[in-house]
Amino acid sequence: MSQRKRSKGFGSSQMTDGEDDFIPTQTERRSQDQVNQKVSELVQFLLVKDQKKIPIKRADMLKNVIREYRDAYSEIVNKAGKTLQEVFGLQLVEIDSKRHTYILINNLPCAEGKYLCRDEEKEKMGLLLIILSFIFMKGNSVKDSALWEFLHLLRVYPGRQHQVFGDVRKLVTEEFVRQKYLEITPIPLTDPQEFKYQWGPRAEKEISKKDVLNAVAKIQGKDPTFWSSQYSEAEATR
Amino acid sequence: MAAQMTDAHRRFLQVLMSNGITEGSEARKLHQHCCETDKVYYAHDKLDDFISTINSHLQPLFMQIRKGISEDDGRAHYAVVNLAETEVTKMASDYTEMELELFRKTMDLIILSENGFASSTDILNLADQLKTKKMKKKEAEQVLKVFVEDKWLSEKNGEYTLHTRCIIEMEQYILSNYQDVARKCNICHSLAIQSQVCESCGIGMHLPCVRKYFRGQAEPRCPKCNEFWYCDTPGVSRMGSQTHHRAPLLVVDDAS
Repeated sequence: MSQRKRSKGFGSSQMTDGEDDFIPTQTERRSQDQVNQKVSELVQFLLVKDQKKIPIKRADMLKNVIREYRDAYSEIVNKAGKTLQEVFGLQLVEIDSKRHTYILINNLPCAEGKYLCRDEEKEKMGLLLIILSFIFMKGNSVKDSALWEFLHLLRVYPGRQHQVFGDVRKLVTEEFVRQKYLEITPIPLTDPQEFKYQWGPRAEKEISKKDVLNAVAKIQGKDPTFWSSQYSEAEATR
Repeated sequence: MAAQMTDAHRRFLQVLMSNGITEGSEARKLHQHCCETDKVYYAHDKLDDFISTINSHLQPLFMQIRKGISEDDGRAHYAVVNLAETEVTKMASDYTEMELELFRKTMDLIILSENGFASSTDILNLADQLKTKKMKKKEAEQVLKVFVEDKWLSEKNGEYTLHTRCIIEMEQYILSNYQDVARKCNICHSLAIQSQVCESCGIGMHLPCVRKYFRGQAEPRCPKCNEFWYCDTPGVSRMGSQTHHRAPLLVVDDAS
């Protein structure tokens, strides 16, 4: 079955191997039922936290769910990851191995039509995709001034309330960043301070560069191969 | 061993969860969409089987896709619920303690009311009585808005009732925590929040159930005591015309 295949790669790279509190004999110390109970609790916890797409810290999992089962941490997280994959089609990914933060990403093949996301989310996702396309087509990194100039063309202005997006600056620089779709880093030695915008880890995992390139090519009426470096990158990351 | 889940099942489950609650015909369309997208066998009359496959995999996680009937229009709806007897604190969202307390108190008002509605004024008056932390009226208004957006409450002309999603999720909790107060519909025997009540014997019925039951009857009579049914003719909205009041004699402490 397909999900078996996919879940195999799981647990190796994303999971916290070599944890300092990893104890190999953990299964002997806890009954399987107790561990499974914690696994279900963790799955529910992750599903609720994921609704807002904010990364989940390991510390919060330990504090709110795993608690006295700290010694079985790796086993519980691995099993929860496997369940999320097999039942919900979601993949638990560690996006920051220093701070141990996780996100859930959708692992199902992209669908077309109206079920992509909730209605309220659709407009925001549209804006996000435009921004991500712009960054990708400009060589994976753009300055803040260039991005706002580009959005200006679409009549989206940072200082003004937008009738759909509300406070656009907040949406772009805070919400998308918190959700790990965008990454904003200060450019050193600039005065006034400038920033560069790049794809965040969630975007890298969830959004296909090939789809982005194809969409841009369609709008411009050109063949995707016209942009050779983007084309080879899109083919490589597919 | 239960039937295997496919990507179609997973997709269906994902959409159902992100919707919060899904109306029956919407769920049937979604069923077709998922099966076609992921190229698995589709039969239009097999939605129940499709869902029970998902449920067999949700069961170890104490979750379930449950079907419930809307008290407004009598149509079926589906929601993913938590099976471990859902307490207010376990509502599938991360509300603060203060917000949950406001929800609990709002639920008290609604359930203790005669017709299943609580006015926004009454709810907002609760805001500065919260034990966790007092809430400004403005804040409380905002929180109510979120409850409506998240489909825990629904609002009509400034009056609030429990959303179908909330009833599907918390029926058991409400029936056991408001034992003496919560009514069951005399027709369908499930929890009735918005209901018409017999003036002589006190039984309650859902509006859609009332409509169905009295259809084709010359004179509406209570199915239990056979007294004349004094409530407005079904189909005609009772809201707005009727001022709402709390049921008398019921002084119940917090459900907590």
